[in-house]
Amino acid sequence: MIRMPESVEDAVVRILRIANTKLPSDIGWALEAAAGWESNSVAYTQLGAIMDNVKEAENTGRPMCQDTGVPVFYVSGAFDGSVAGRIVEGLRRATAEIPLRPNTVDPLTRENHGDNLGEGMPIIRYHPTDDDFLQITVMPKGAGSENMTKLAMLNPSEGEKGIRDFVVNAVLDAGGRPCPPTVVGVGIGGTAETCIEMAKEALLFPIDSDNPDKKLAKMEEELFVKLNSSGLGPMGLGGDTTVLAVRIRKAHCHTASLPVAVAVGCWATRRASVRMYPDGTTEYFQGAKP
Amino acid sequence: MILSSPLSEERVRSLKIGDLVYISGTVVTGRDAVHMRALQYLKEGKRTPSELQGSTLYHCGPIIEGEEGRWKVVAAGPTTSARMNTLAPEMIRRFGIRAVIGKGGMSKEVSEAMEDVGCVYLAATGGAAVTLANGLSKVTGVEWQDLGMAEAMWRFEADRLGPLVVAIDAKGNSLYEEVRRSLVR
Repeated sequence: MIRMPESVEDAVVRILRIANTKLPSDIGWALEAAAGWESNSVAYTQLGAIMDNVKEAENTGRPMCQDTGVPVFYVSGAFDGSVAGRIVEGLRRATAEIPLRPNTVDPLTRENHGDNLGEGMPIIRYHPTDDDFLQITVMPKGAGSENMTKLAMLNPSEGEKGIRDFVVNAVLDAGGRPCPPTVVGVGIGGTAETCIEMAKEALLFPIDSDNPDKKLAKMEEELFVKLNSSGLGPMGLGGDTTVLAVRIRKAHCHTASLPVAVAVGCWATRRASVRMYPDGTTEYFQGAKP
Repeated sequence: MILSSPLSEERVRSLKIGDLVYISGTVVTGRDAVHMRALQYLKEGKRTPSELQGSTLYHCGPIIEGEEGRWKVVAAGPTTSARMNTLAPEMIRRFGIRAVIGKGGMSKEVSEAMEDVGCVYLAATGGAAVTLANGLSKVTGVEWQDLGMAEAMWRFEADRLGPLVVAIDAKGNSLYEEVRRSLVR
């Protein structure tokens, strides 16, 4: 029997389906661990409702959250100009087939075309490498968390304390709005726009993996403890579980700048990837490459 | 405890923050666009959907499958209620809304309107869209479909929708305020 290799368009539909219906295992484990240590009864109810929902979504193949978000696609490896068109078609099909909620509108008229496309959509980030495979990762992100994104152009003199205070205040001021317990992505350095991109891409790191940068790993740990001692809790209703993880990325910046960005991922921090090899084989995964 | 919707003022006023409840009965959805249009229509003297009066209003933009008469709820979790902060006080007063279901909490002004009218804020678990959709067993109608799937006003017959936490009661208490006051920064 000759098996037709999967098309890029089919693979895009599939990663959107996986990302929306199945929570990455690292996030699932973190939620279970949180339920184990949570001492607040309302908070425990919230974590229980979340875990029931995750199971039910996976069992019935339905999106775990009605806000299937605006997907950001990260394309890396070997590819050519045709990949954008395949992603457009894959997203159009996935919107009807899964189904996804049509979320994209004109920013001024608020007109919705019902297909999650439109001017500037979908958002695709390209990272070409010398590998022989094509890798596409999707992160669907809802507005509840996206609306809590923050950027500060700090003075260099504010230093690490300034960074910590900014992150803590960004998460606590957001309260229950981004659906805590959240994954907190932090970008430090770069320029304004790359700082925000780093913060968002930090949400793609599996939360059970160590940050290879020791200094950042220590900062992640300190912020994790600090935020979970705040008392904000799941959905902002109080409790011991405010964040599931803090993930930080950094880049060099101008000597007169200290940009810091916070991108918040709700408890449903969703992601899925596909790798497509030249021999026609494909691999799907939701965290680091297995 | 299971509450039957539409709710009576007496029942609503007996609830206190921290209570865990489920809702059975009529629930309507309304978010940004429903608030804007309902209040605009009132101002212009135009007809508004009668089911808004005394309603249990769910801040939710669901995913609905199928077509007229055969709608199926796929996913229906709460949206961020704070976006409705400026319009909600008038909405609650003009339509005598008895319960608002949402996530993230609402402002002091909303809480005051709730105290005056006899209305509570029920926190649904954000993102628990599939189990909450299971509690909205039947779609019984839709108004203002031109606003799009997320913004239209859907009407459901709920069957034990929840779990929901009474997070703002009709006595001016807010669980969010209590948490905020004791936050450790």
